[in-house]
Amino acid sequence: MTAGSEIRTISPGFGARVGDSLKRFFDSDVFYSFKRSPVTIIAFLVTVLLILGAALAPWIAPHNTNDVASLNLMDAFRPPVWESGGEPNFLLGTDDQGRGVLSSIMFGMQLSLLVGFASVLLAAAVGTILGLLSGYVGGRVDSVIMRIADVQLTFPAILIALLIDGIVGSLLPRAMHEEVKIYVLIVAIAASQWVNFARTVRGSTLVEKNKEYVQAARVIGVRPIAIMWRHVLPNVMGPVLVIATLSLALAILTEATLSFLGVGVPVTRPSLGTLIRIGNDFLFSGEWWMTIFPGLALVILVLSVNLLGDWLRDALNPKLR
Amino acid sequence: MMSESDPVGAAPREALLQVENLRIEFPTRRGVLVAVDDISFHINEGEVLGVVGESGAGKSLTGASIIGLLEPPGRIAGGEILLSGRRIDHLPYEDMRRIRGREIGMVFQDPLTSLNPLYTVGRQLIETIQTHTDLSEQAARKRALELLGEVGIPAASQRIDQYPHQFSGGMRQRVVIALALCINPKLVIADEPTTALDVSIQAQIIKLLKRLCHEHGAAVMLITHDMGVIAETADRVAVMYAGRIAEVGPVSQVIKHARHPYTHGLMGSIPMIGHDMERLTQIDGSMPRLTEIPRGCAFNPRCPKVMERCRLDRPEPLPVGNSQVACWLYDDPSAEVEEIVFGEAENG
Amino acid sequence: MADRVEAMPEDSGDALVRVTDLAKYFDVSPPWLTRVLQNEPRLSLRAVDGVSFDIPRGKTFSLVGESGCGKSTVARLVVGLYRPTMGSIEFEGVDMASLKTRAQMAPVRKRLQMIFQDPFASLNPRWRVADIIAEPIRAHGLMSDDGEIARRVGELLEQVRLSARDGEKFPHEFSGGQRQRISIARALASNPDFLVCDEPTSALDVSVQAQILNLMKDLQRELGLTYLFISHDLAVVYHISDYLGVMYLGRLVEWGAAREIFREPRHPYTRMLLDAIPDLEMSGRQRIPVAGEVPSPISPPTGCHFHPRCPFANDRCRTEMPLPIATATGEVRCHAVEEGRLTEELIRAKRAEAGIAN
Repeated sequence: MTAGSEIRTISPGFGARVGDSLKRFFDSDVFYSFKRSPVTIIAFLVTVLLILGAALAPWIAPHNTNDVASLNLMDAFRPPVWESGGEPNFLLGTDDQGRGVLSSIMFGMQLSLLVGFASVLLAAAVGTILGLLSGYVGGRVDSVIMRIADVQLTFPAILIALLIDGIVGSLLPRAMHEEVKIYVLIVAIAASQWVNFARTVRGSTLVEKNKEYVQAARVIGVRPIAIMWRHVLPNVMGPVLVIATLSLALAILTEATLSFLGVGVPVTRPSLGTLIRIGNDFLFSGEWWMTIFPGLALVILVLSVNLLGDWLRDALNPKLR
Repeated sequence: MMSESDPVGAAPREALLQVENLRIEFPTRRGVLVAVDDISFHINEGEVLGVVGESGAGKSLTGASIIGLLEPPGRIAGGEILLSGRRIDHLPYEDMRRIRGREIGMVFQDPLTSLNPLYTVGRQLIETIQTHTDLSEQAARKRALELLGEVGIPAASQRIDQYPHQFSGGMRQRVVIALALCINPKLVIADEPTTALDVSIQAQIIKLLKRLCHEHGAAVMLITHDMGVIAETADRVAVMYAGRIAEVGPVSQVIKHARHPYTHGLMGSIPMIGHDMERLTQIDGSMPRLTEIPRGCAFNPRCPKVMERCRLDRPEPLPVGNSQVACWLYDDPSAEVEEIVFGEAENG
Repeated sequence: MADRVEAMPEDSGDALVRVTDLAKYFDVSPPWLTRVLQNEPRLSLRAVDGVSFDIPRGKTFSLVGESGCGKSTVARLVVGLYRPTMGSIEFEGVDMASLKTRAQMAPVRKRLQMIFQDPFASLNPRWRVADIIAEPIRAHGLMSDDGEIARRVGELLEQVRLSARDGEKFPHEFSGGQRQRISIARALASNPDFLVCDEPTSALDVSVQAQILNLMKDLQRELGLTYLFISHDLAVVYHISDYLGVMYLGRLVEWGAAREIFREPRHPYTRMLLDAIPDLEMSGRQRIPVAGEVPSPISPPTGCHFHPRCPFANDRCRTEMPLPIATATGEVRCHAVEEGRLTEELIRAKRAEAGIAN
């Protein structure tokens, strides 16, 4: 053996690694299946467009609907621009307070997406950690976590939200209650979703745990926490990503439902659900645009995210390829 | 049962199965992969042809294409397959289904996947028999019992009503063999029939397959990676490498006097009891992936006898003794081709 | 080098690994509720049931047997993936059971490594090869400087006949044989003395198997490694082993110097295994036909586990468990051998009988 002979550096620098990863992504089967699916590309573009529109609302929205001072009641109940009485200033019309529907949708979607992303992140983090523990440690830990999950599943998100909201409402003064409402909403939606993550991650962990690379790490003497974190976790992230995407759509819908029912975000900062509820009151008096446009926005957003999730599930599942 | 089997007496062909210039392709996003590239061989009636090769050599695909069970996107892109002189490679699904079972039987590696777990072993046998013959329920059951006895299942009259999961691996493979033979096919395609089994069971199954096919007069195409199984069972053997047949000939010829450098290396790399050697002969490298099959002879980068020509032109099978060998070493009519000596690579 | 048959050292103080009365029972009972409702008993599977052997330093000890005989369980017990139900495993005279904490285990852990069967499952698909091989170095804190680790990884890759540059790649870019080399490089990273190899070539093609077996022999010579080699393939075992143990349903039925056992198998099961090997040389030798299948290890036969398949079994074999009898280089557990019933004439007669029956 020429042990000490010329040996090249084997770890490329960080920049090279990122470049390499990007190259591998564009060359991967996942990206290939993305390129081949027009529906997915459209869904992706629409999602990006909606997210950008929502995120940049303070800068690109025609009006700042959160600024009460800018509202003019004279503008109230204006129809969309193509109806008679419409005004180019308010493309999709205005509501009873004189807020532009388009601007309201952009700000509302910002809130909806914020609640959606936050709750899914929370659910994914909690669910993944519990699922990993449950699957890898097994035994009593597994039994306890999975029984909690079973119990959790018997409560619908709405009930949890109502419960937490009720408790918080009775504990905190009214002003503070309004402030924490968003957090209550996030926790409530996350609570209804972590079980999905935990169960899936537990299943994948059970599979990965028995693979020889995990056994090899155990023989080497790697600590269990390190095995879970560095070996198992990266290999169970595929399904987590899929569930996260599908959960995002569900979270947005749940938020809209809760807000529609009035237990969601405070009325001062309306989300899509709130907008639909407010508009609903005027649906039969002829001002249809107040509820139809936020509704359409919600449908398009949820549909696109769901389509992305479906594609991701198929692309990451080698059996369907 | 046999009366209707040979309608084309007018054009007799010697071989039962004739495969001509078969080419199997897989279209993928990175281009078309050629998994089996222009191979020809035949199987005579009642003969056992061993097809041996390493994983990815194309041997299973060849078997699957003969019975019309090539999985999409794989497709036969060229060549002909003739059974008793009749082309069967382009038949519609229904016609092919009739040929499978009646004229060609199948035995796969994993007996669990070839049996339906929801039906008793007897039900599956009886149904197969009735699909292809006019036997009554009773007669079919009697035939099924006979078959189970024939494949060596003890207490067949009780076990006939049991489900596949109640059988051990070896017993299940016996049932699969019974299923393959129940219509007296002319050809049985056995794809790694013993790979999933223990050595002691493997020996029993090989013996059974050999005896039964002999008794039923069925020819066998035995696909395996195990030279030992071939040596025990086959009359002739075809050695496949990277989608091509490297060498085909009588089994004793190929095993004792391998002509193709690949076959020679392969034989040397098998450890044998009683042969003391510090190191096994090794062929360096590994079989190329389908995406990177080299030009000329696919074996040329690993071949100890490689010549300039091997890197440029693909060798076609040439007759050498009783064998056919696809190697340029044998293309020199002036040389005494029988006497190509392989250096005893690195054995001490 | 061919004839390396040596007597087992009498003073086995030279044994690197000593396994004594090792046993592992698995609880395979149905779930609690099923047991209560259907009144079913607890079931235990005796995967390994009283196995003892020594492995001398620098030698290869192989365990062979059919599936379910417990050979892989022994391997996993020896590397500490399972805890023994009974018995002890000593490494250089230190009882592994006495090492309770991770810190106490660490010095032994790094000297004892394992190579697995499936080259596609034994490497984490998301890690670069360099990180895979460096894992033992990092886990044991053998080196801390990244450059030093990179150099060592390069060295290891070249030691298993790969290129140092291969470290940048991911496992899926390699063939099965190359992956098995990476697996070996990882096992060598902590400078172990003892490698447990669980069917390291069973998933490989023969030509690649030859490469790996050659590499393992070279490494043994270069580094003075001791191997525990698990396999079902007797020809491979013949090629690689100095000592050999034959397992059947959790028990070691025969062990000793490998050449000795191949030349003169004592136990009827060993004979049967040898007779079952396909005759690659087409010599047409006469063999006793193999009969029967391995019974379920949950309810093994009484007495000698092998008696239902043994052509030489009598009443004693059916009731009484045979105890080990010393042979020239090891031990055998068989009543027929002990009583001297198993003569060459008898075996020849059985073979001839079989020849006629064929």
